[in-house]
Amino acid sequence: MLSLKVSGAAIVLTMPLAFALAWLLARRRFPGRLLVDALVHLPLVVPPVVTGWLLLILFGANGPVGRTLEQWFGVTLMFRWTGAALAAAVMALPLMVRAIRLSLEAVDRRLEGAARTLGAGPWRCFWTITLPLCLPGIAAAAVLGFARSLGEFGATITFVSSIPGETQTLPLAIYAALQQPGGEAMVTRLAAISVALSLGALVLSEWLGRGPVLGMGKGDAHVL
Amino acid sequence: MSFDIDVTCRRGARTVALRCSAGEGLTALFGPSGAGKTSVLDMVSGLLRPDAGRIVVGGQVLFDSAARINLPPERRACGYVFQDNRLFPHRSVQANLLYGWNLAPPARRWLDFDAAVDFLGIGHLLARSPRSLSGGEAQRVAIGRALLSGPKFLLMDEPLSSLDAPRRDEIMAVIERIRDELRLPILYVSHDRAEVDRLAGQIVEMV
Repeated sequence: MLSLKVSGAAIVLTMPLAFALAWLLARRRFPGRLLVDALVHLPLVVPPVVTGWLLLILFGANGPVGRTLEQWFGVTLMFRWTGAALAAAVMALPLMVRAIRLSLEAVDRRLEGAARTLGAGPWRCFWTITLPLCLPGIAAAAVLGFARSLGEFGATITFVSSIPGETQTLPLAIYAALQQPGGEAMVTRLAAISVALSLGALVLSEWLGRGPVLGMGKGDAHVL
Repeated sequence: MSFDIDVTCRRGARTVALRCSAGEGLTALFGPSGAGKTSVLDMVSGLLRPDAGRIVVGGQVLFDSAARINLPPERRACGYVFQDNRLFPHRSVQANLLYGWNLAPPARRWLDFDAAVDFLGIGHLLARSPRSLSGGEAQRVAIGRALLSGPKFLLMDEPLSSLDAPRRDEIMAVIERIRDELRLPILYVSHDRAEVDRLAGQIVEMV
């Protein structure tokens, strides 16, 4: 349950940011675009432990961001489930940005032009044309991000440790159970849950990508 | 004068330049593929920004580089019928037709929905998805969508090019009726001499 909460919070918080980044990368040409692209993808290629360590430095009690958050808002992320959500969010971000970006690039910009000539301003055009047309990509991004968050291990344990009931997500619990003599039954049970969740997420994402649910016709929204 | 156009625009290696004035009725922009005819329509509709020049339609200045006027497409009140119809795939035919109608200020809606549907004979298509339409049907819906947005003029970009001969006749008859009954100024792009001769009051040649 904690895992679900952490992953849920992670993708809900990440979605607007992921969409904004995907939009920038898909639609805008600006100096430093390559750098932004690289930074977004960094958590995908860097060892998760390193990502966790970087988060620790930035958001820790004495980190530049962590201290500001604590002083101004009284928020601490260290050793809290919110920290686990942050770690999961950072790890899920690249996958989500990729999925949304692909679907944005697939949106026919001539349709947006047509909407403009019919009297739609840029925002209305976005809400009525662009966004509905890339919904399958957004849905796929949510499912992928969710699955990635569920499996998040390295960055989480490095950043917020493994505290039962607070930061001990499913993979961390499995690992902890493995360390204990006689924990096999527990491991089997948790592993079964995680396989079921991940399988469900994959099937759901394929199904959404296929599109009939969202009225999108042919399945050209494969994410992987 | 209905259309007063004097624009230049660099498109990659070549420059599209056109200067023309046209009166009432249907004016054809005629020339071979690649002459920049579509670019001219895009400039008049506001989808493409000319590098320099001036566009006046029916007395209203749409673009003037010297006076720094550049109305966005949604404020130009143009009905643009594209070569590839560009119907919104995620909306039904009816929703497509109403898209521009809903956005137009009530005072500008000179054609009502039922009249447009009758005029174009598309009543039986309303619930369908644009994907399921034939080329001729889709083009009639696209024309209806443009007319219902309450335009003050029409831009038509080779609206017949994707159709077979019987459909071409059918759509050409529709265009003639728009020209004669609705009395809308039309800027019409084509590379087909026979089509232009049949429809156009004036012909502007582009090379």
